[in-house]
Amino acid sequence: MKARVIVTLKNGVLDPQGKAIEGALASLGVEGVGGVRQGKVFDIELEGSDRALAEARLRAACEKLLANTVIENFQIEI
Amino acid sequence: MKAAVLVFPGSNREGDMARALAQATGHEPAMVWHSQTELPAGTDLVVLPGGFSYGDYLRCGAIAGRAAIMDAVRAHAARGGLTLGVCNGFQILCEGGLLPGVLMRNANLRFVCRMQHLRVERADTAFTRHYRQGQTIEVAIAHGEGNYEADDETIARLEGEGLVAFRYCDALGRVGGEANPNGSRNDIAGIFSERRNVLGLMPHPENLIDPLVGGIDGRGLFESLAAA
Repeated sequence: MKARVIVTLKNGVLDPQGKAIEGALASLGVEGVGGVRQGKVFDIELEGSDRALAEARLRAACEKLLANTVIENFQIEI
Repeated sequence: MKAAVLVFPGSNREGDMARALAQATGHEPAMVWHSQTELPAGTDLVVLPGGFSYGDYLRCGAIAGRAAIMDAVRAHAARGGLTLGVCNGFQILCEGGLLPGVLMRNANLRFVCRMQHLRVERADTAFTRHYRQGQTIEVAIAHGEGNYEADDETIARLEGEGLVAFRYCDALGRVGGEANPNGSRNDIAGIFSERRNVLGLMPHPENLIDPLVGGIDGRGLFESLAAA
């Protein structure tokens, strides 16, 4: 089973990298960009076909390692 | 004072740290590889040195913060054992749950490598007894992710309980503005745990112990620990 975990910064957490990317887009002439927030995507290959079990495992993975929940939110797609 | 210096893949300041500890305590510290599950018997002080553990993959300190040896470090700290994390070691302590908050990318996105003044916030701890409260010291900083961030509640608790150890300041001890090299909340350069037996800081006191290389303002920390 394939799954995707998306980790993003919580609202209100300063994202200097996103700001720099926003500035670079403006300097490249890409118009209409109101803001950029940078995050991470993890594509994960899981054994078995039990979706509930997969979700529980991915949740544990996020809470233990993939996201720092002080500053980041995570989202699981299976 | 029996000290143990942890070594992770990508640590690179463990030699400097060992030298500073040996100078202050008169004994070579034990070097402990991350995959060990126990600290050497009788360890009084655990030190997490600087570097780039696991290449800063995922987040700085994230993988090292979950290494096998960290359970032993958490148990040591929970017993009141002294624990020091410098630079990447500070990041590892935050990721490993020994200190609150997180070290984020420097606000100006640049890696800063320079001399930096710090204000000693309190001199009644095992780490800072050989300094004076309010003293300005000059040490080195070298980091790309030293921008201390925590939620408002945590910041209020750190301030209210006197858990800020060092703040970035200028040569005259003035905090804030240009003196803050990385955008840290409240100019925080280092923090204590609730019981003040764990200290994490971004600057490198271990590199300022010899007049040959620019000063000895870092010695106070190691002399404090040696006497603890």
